[in-house]
Formats: sequence, structure tokens, C-alpha cells
Amino acid sequence: MSQYVFQQIINGLALGSLYALVAIGFSMIYGIVRLINFAHGDLVMIGAFTTLALVGYGVPWPLILMFVLLVGALAGMTIEATVFRPMRGAQQVTGFIATLAVSIVIQNTGLMILSGQPRNFLFPAFMRQRVQIGTVSASLTDLTIIGLTVVLIALLLVIVYRTRLGTAMRATADNLAAARLMGIAVNRTILTAFAIGSALAAAAGLLWGGKFGQIDPLLGFAPGLKAFIACVIGGVGSIGGAMLGGYLLGLAEVLFVGLLPPQFAGYRDVFVFTLLIVILLLKPSGLFVRHVEERA
Amino acid sequence: MAVDRGFTGPLAGIAILGAGAALVYGAQMALSPYLVTLLAIMLINVALAVSLNIGNGLAGLFSLGHPAFMTIGAYASAILTFPPGRKDFMLPDLPSFLMTTQLPLLPALAVAGMIGAVVAFLVGLPVLRLKGHYLAVATLGLIVIVQGLATNWTGLTRGGSGLNGIPRLTGIWWCFGFAVLVVYTALRLKFSSLGRAMMATRENALAAESAGVSTYRIRMLAFVLGAFFAAVAGGLMVHLITVVTPRSYSVVLAFNLVAMVVIGGTGSITGSIVAAVALTGLSEAVRPLEERLGLYGLSQVIVALGLLLVLFFRPNGLLGSGEPRFVRRIFGGSLA
Repeated sequence: MSQYVFQQIINGLALGSLYALVAIGFSMIYGIVRLINFAHGDLVMIGAFTTLALVGYGVPWPLILMFVLLVGALAGMTIEATVFRPMRGAQQVTGFIATLAVSIVIQNTGLMILSGQPRNFLFPAFMRQRVQIGTVSASLTDLTIIGLTVVLIALLLVIVYRTRLGTAMRATADNLAAARLMGIAVNRTILTAFAIGSALAAAAGLLWGGKFGQIDPLLGFAPGLKAFIACVIGGVGSIGGAMLGGYLLGLAEVLFVGLLPPQFAGYRDVFVFTLLIVILLLKPSGLFVRHVEERA
Repeated sequence: MAVDRGFTGPLAGIAILGAGAALVYGAQMALSPYLVTLLAIMLINVALAVSLNIGNGLAGLFSLGHPAFMTIGAYASAILTFPPGRKDFMLPDLPSFLMTTQLPLLPALAVAGMIGAVVAFLVGLPVLRLKGHYLAVATLGLIVIVQGLATNWTGLTRGGSGLNGIPRLTGIWWCFGFAVLVVYTALRLKFSSLGRAMMATRENALAAESAGVSTYRIRMLAFVLGAFFAAVAGGLMVHLITVVTPRSYSVVLAFNLVAMVVIGGTGSITGSIVAAVALTGLSEAVRPLEERLGLYGLSQVIVALGLLLVLFFRPNGLLGSGEPRFVRRIFGGSLA
């Protein structure tokens, strides 16, 4: 395999990992409360800036990751408890407007506190070296993104499919009223789903900064929308679908830019959103057949 | 009743129009040019919120696409009114028929509106089959697509740096006239059988279909009409502030317009007018504070928090989906 093609695939997988991390939480939240959470992308921003602050204090990286997951979970729970819970049962579109409002509040509070100036964000120097694999090489940053994402997703799948909590989450997603009647603490379960999904998004923020090298308070917009698209590709509400959708979208985007002549590179987002509209029309329930038991 | 309505109907409408014109005239005499421009923007916002309310409120199709149509209208009308001499310099790659044309403002706006309407029709063909928040996100995607095209189609748009030095052909009277036109159209529509069909589509599409309403065509009509007005508003705006870039009209604007519609009451034209005036005034009032404290974004936070409060405590907005009595008297006819 030529280095060029290999590099494109690694790039696509790394980008896809980030999308998958954000999309999974997005999908979990949709699956359980039927809410398109537009503020989900802003947790990526919160994660990225939390990382930046901790790096400034010289905290070691494994601790930073723990802390970022924690901050993400807390932020997600706060949003759910203060804004979304009181509005549960409202119309679909009303809920969507509320999430948009939350997103605007987070972004502009970010602007007020942090200013709109992009900040440089660098992983430590050793992360920027390249790893030789046979005849080809890849950057350690990209490999870390891909690897860490696999670990986080594996953890998530264990929680969702191998614990009582996960069973409760899947039951609530399946039928909220029935789950409540079976004695499941529905509000706590929803709160947990928000916590887990938001923690993953914040972790994506840590990696996002490392991949792109610059962060600003508005950076959450793109991952939020892309996560939605990834969910639509895989079938909204399905964890496996969101994961696959994320990887597919990342690969498709990178290959679109990498394989077409350079003057088309600027049309990347045009391509992505056209893809979204086409999929929404042709396969509105996603490219993969959705099984009820996949939802959580 | 009939006598009563005959007296308060058209006459009252003309009286309100006259009072509005007198206010605009007074403002133009008494206020600084800056404030007059602000007032003009306020009037454009009124038109935008009301036109968004036709689709979102009356027909119940939740679109965030207004900024996309504004961008289209802004670029289209700017290219049409640019003096050919400046086009050679700014947009050397323009097709020759565009290079030599220069239209006055009114036909340029009309063409811009038509282009917006045609784009809305083409986009609506697939997109209007979507419901609820899927439609919302697809129209949000439309903003990103239009921004992408405006950034990359450099021969037509000069790319990311945008167009500047656009002739300042709009003034407060243009904006006033446009706002009156949009409000009048929306209110006449609301109290017509067509408007009833839109509201039936919103309340229960299946029941509306059963009663013989073609909901797809109704939704399309509302979407295209809203897009036409949005494109014209973009054209007016760009000839007022003389600059347009691909990022001039983006998601934040879509949010603010939705906030106006929801706060005023989805489906209430009067509500949109009041909310558009209030929110535009509020952001302007907060601006000095933002600048003094260096807290850029404060006004946006206030708008968003205000919207959340309305959603919590008055989910139907200030006026619900109705109109105050005097408006019903003027436009309602037998439906008042």
C-alpha cells in the first residue's frame, strides 16, 4: 500500500474516531429522551479547554483524561437536570430549540470568558513523532486517537450491555413508561446516559485539540453537526450505528478531499451536508437495519 | 357587528399605516443617522421574523434556512446593482451578461427574491418530505452548504473576503415599505382559506389531507414564500450596510429569528413583530455594556436565556398563536 493511501486511511480513521465518540453520546441521548441535543458538540469545546487548562498546570496526561471525562459528565448532567428535565414531554421541536439555546449560551459564555482568539493546543513533543509500520508510517497522535477511541467505546459497550445500569438504560430507551413501572429510576438513568455521552464528547475534545492544534470557543459547532450526520448515517438512536456512521463519515470526508483534485477541497462541508440530505431522503432510518436491542 | 367592523376595518389599517409612516418620518428628522440605520435593521428583522413565522408558525414546518436565502438574496442583488466599472475590478471572472448589467434596486430585489424562491423550491422538493427536527437540521445544513458555495465559488462571490463597497441604495423607507408588505401579506394569508389550510396542516397533517388539503403543496408554498421574503430582506440588508461575506448570515441569525418567533408566539404575526423589535432593541442596548466590559457575546447569552425562560414558563410565547383583537378586526373579516 502506498504511503499516500495509507496516510489518507489513517487520517480518515482518526477523524472518524472523533466523530464516533461524539456521535455515540448524541445517539444515546436521542435514543433515551428523543431529543436532538444540539449542545452536545459544545461539550467537545468544554473538554478541549479543560485539557488546555490542565496542561497549563502541568497535570500528567492520564490524570487529565480522567478529569476531562469527569468535567464532561458533570456538564452533561447539569444541562440535563437544569434545562432538559423540566422540558421533558414538550414537543420535539420545542426541545430542539431549547438545546440550540443551551448551545448558544455555552458558546457565548465561552467567548466572554475565553475570548474568540484561537489558542494553540499541542500534544507533548513525543506524540508528534511518526511510527514506522512496515513500509508505511503514521503519526503517533493519529494512532493514539484511534486506539483511545477503541478503548473508550469498548468501555461503553461493557457498561451498556453487561451491567444492570446498562440494562436499565436500554429498557428506558425502549419504553420509558414501562421501564418506570418496572421500578427503574428513570430520571437517574437518563442522567447517567447524559453523563456517559457527555464524558465521551469531552474526551473527543481532548483528542480534537491534539489533532487540529488550535481550539476556540465556537469549535463545538462542527462536531455537533457532524455527529448528527453520523447518527443519521447509522440510524439515529443506535449506538453501533452512530459508531459506524462516525467512522464512515470521517473516511468519506478525508477521501473526498484526498482523492479529488485540490480545487474541490473547499466543498468538503457542501459534500457532507448534501450527503446528509440524500441519506435522510433515501434511508431515513439509517444505512444499517436497526434492531431494537441496539438502542440504549 | 358588521357596521362596527366596517368602521374599524380598512380605516383602522390605514390609520396604523399612517401612524407608522409618521413615526418613521419623525425618527428620520430627529435621530442620528446611526439610530436611523438601526431602526431600518429593526424593520428588516420584523420582516424576517414575520416571514419565518409563515412557514414555522402557520404551516408548522420548522426551518432554520432563512440565513441561507438571505445570503443568496444578498449576493444576487449586490451583483446586479454593482456598477460595471467596479465589477471589472472586483469580480473579473463574472459571466459577461452579468458583467454588463446594472439594475436599479427594485428589479434587483425582485430578481434576488425570485432566485431565493427558486432555490427554496428545488431544495424543498426533497427536504420538505422531512418532519420535525429532521427538517430543522437539514435546513441548518442548507446554511452550511450556501456558506460553502459562497466561500468557494470565487468567480461569482469573491470568496471569503466577500463583497464590499456595495452602493447604499436602501434607506429606512425601503425597509418600512418592505416590513409593511411582509406583515400585510402574512396577516392576509393567516385569515384566508389558504392560511386555514396551512394551520390545518400544522395541527394535524393527516386530518388536513382527509379534508382535501394537499399538505405537501401547502408546506412548499409556505417555504417558498418565506424564502422569497428572506432573499429580498438579504438584498435590502446588503444595500444598507454595503458589505456581505459568506459568514454574514449564519446559524446565530437563524437562532435569533427562531427566538423572535417563539418568544412572540409561534403563529402570531403580531407576536413576531413585538419580539423582533424587542430583541433587536435589547441586543443594541446591551452592546455598550459588552464593549465597556469586554464581554462580547453577552447580548446573545441574554437572548438565549430569555428564550429558555419563555420555553419554561410560557411555552406558547407571549401571544400564543393568536392576534390581538384590533388586528383580528382589521384582517379577520368573517373569521374574526
